[in-house]
Amino acid sequence: MSITLDHVSYVYSQGSAFERPALTDICLTIEDGEFVALVGHTGCGKSTLVQHLNGLLRPSSGRVIVDGEDINAEHADRRQLRQKVGLVFQYPEYQLFEETVAKDIAFGPRNQGLDPDEIDRRVRLAMEMVHLDYQKYAERSPFELSGGQMRRVAIAGVLAMQPKVLVLDEPAAGLDPRGRDRILGMIKEMHETRGVTIVMVSHSMDDIASLATRLIVMRRGTIAATGTPREMFQQTALMEEAGLGVPACARLCHALREKGIDIPADLYTQEEMVAAILSRWKEGGHHAE
Amino acid sequence: MLNNITLGQYYPVDSPVHRLDPRVKILLAIAMIVCVFLVGNLLGYGLILVFVLFAARLAHVPFRVLMKGLKPLRFILILTFLLNLFFTVGEPLWSLGFIHITREGLRQSIHYSLRLIFLVVSTSLLTLTTSPIQLSDGMELLLSPLKIIHFPAHELAMMMSIALRFIPTLLEETDKIMKAQMARGADFESGNLLNRAKAMIPLLVPLFVSAFRRASDLAMAMEARCYHGGENRTRLRVLKLKKGDLYACLLMALLIIAVIVEARLVPGGLIL
Repeated sequence: MSITLDHVSYVYSQGSAFERPALTDICLTIEDGEFVALVGHTGCGKSTLVQHLNGLLRPSSGRVIVDGEDINAEHADRRQLRQKVGLVFQYPEYQLFEETVAKDIAFGPRNQGLDPDEIDRRVRLAMEMVHLDYQKYAERSPFELSGGQMRRVAIAGVLAMQPKVLVLDEPAAGLDPRGRDRILGMIKEMHETRGVTIVMVSHSMDDIASLATRLIVMRRGTIAATGTPREMFQQTALMEEAGLGVPACARLCHALREKGIDIPADLYTQEEMVAAILSRWKEGGHHAE
Repeated sequence: MLNNITLGQYYPVDSPVHRLDPRVKILLAIAMIVCVFLVGNLLGYGLILVFVLFAARLAHVPFRVLMKGLKPLRFILILTFLLNLFFTVGEPLWSLGFIHITREGLRQSIHYSLRLIFLVVSTSLLTLTTSPIQLSDGMELLLSPLKIIHFPAHELAMMMSIALRFIPTLLEETDKIMKAQMARGADFESGNLLNRAKAMIPLLVPLFVSAFRRASDLAMAMEARCYHGGENRTRLRVLKLKKGDLYACLLMALLIIAVIVEARLVPGGLIL
């Protein structure tokens, strides 16, 4: 299932004194099975773009096509759509409302009109996917959990709808390192073992480096560039112009090459970097002999 | 969805009227209301109209914006007009079956409608040219003499400022939670009354939780900075009366005198 944005523009408060363009002429296709990272400076339109993917915002002009259908057409079934494209907002723990964890996670499937057995099955599965023990947590109040646990409950609430595309707006924001590793690990697992297409908004280049198959760089409501992390992280200048950095390893690689050290230009993960430096080291050693 | 709501009706431009001291503006607005009640005939309303238009011009507030304040009141206005028109006893002018329009009825309906219109327009001028924060500052200072009888002027103003400050924040929050629940298939728009009320629970619970969280965070942050109420506090923006304030008061005095004199010289009958 692919998502295509066809010349999408969006203007906030159109027609009033506070009118301001948020997206300008966005063309974009997200293919089945991709792990797309959406990056850009604060206020560049990432969150606005993300809300177009499941029809929460209607483009001021242009079309959003999900699975071959224009989602803003008159006859389009929005409920069906939101089942296909799951959206996890920033700080999703603030949307919890039920008395128990299990009930909150069941909210989505219940709205889909599933029968109780199926709902129960999905709740258990979703909790398993976010590594929350059903026995231990299902009957607890979501408001007495820790921040990281609350966030996992909220994400499980979206997963329980079993979307084919999962869109996450900064899923690791504000978590401690352990919490963030957990969440990112979960997302990776979902992408790799369940084949869920992932669109993730993130500010951390290091996270993206280890996860994404494609990077979309946004700048002032437009797409500034798109490509694999390997391609993008070589373009230090472009990334910095968009108000972003590159992963620490890509920076190191760049700096070493500027010093005249001959290593490949496209290194960006720790493993590659270590391997390249080690092999250089060994070569150097041979020369010394 | 909710992004069209602007707080109050403050019209953010720079003008001599905007720069007036909020205390003075509040008092002037009260004086204006008194004036409206002193008027007894059309000529008097004419005087007030000239004053209002002059003030609006000076404040760079377009006529259209000024009149917008009347829109929510249109039904009350029409009702006032019709009730007075049909149900006032007096010398009949025109009648059809059981409907009678009397001279006094016509006079009163015009009178009350104009009075309502000018009340709204003149208070609109205050809120259009004074930001909510300035307003609550002005209120606090005007009410501060009442502190002698333990009237909590500062506390009231502080509560008002905080409430105003959080309206946009809570609106934004509502919008976000609504969208998040819609993404999980919630439906806020269809169904009967009971279903719709039930559908609000996923919106209201998180909203209240977050409001309480914010309130407690704010209280903590205020205490951390040693806030303890009104005693001995100094202000960032110290209000000082300027020349403009004096001129404004003089103008208002002029209007009051003109209205009183006019009412004396021209007896009430002139309205029709």
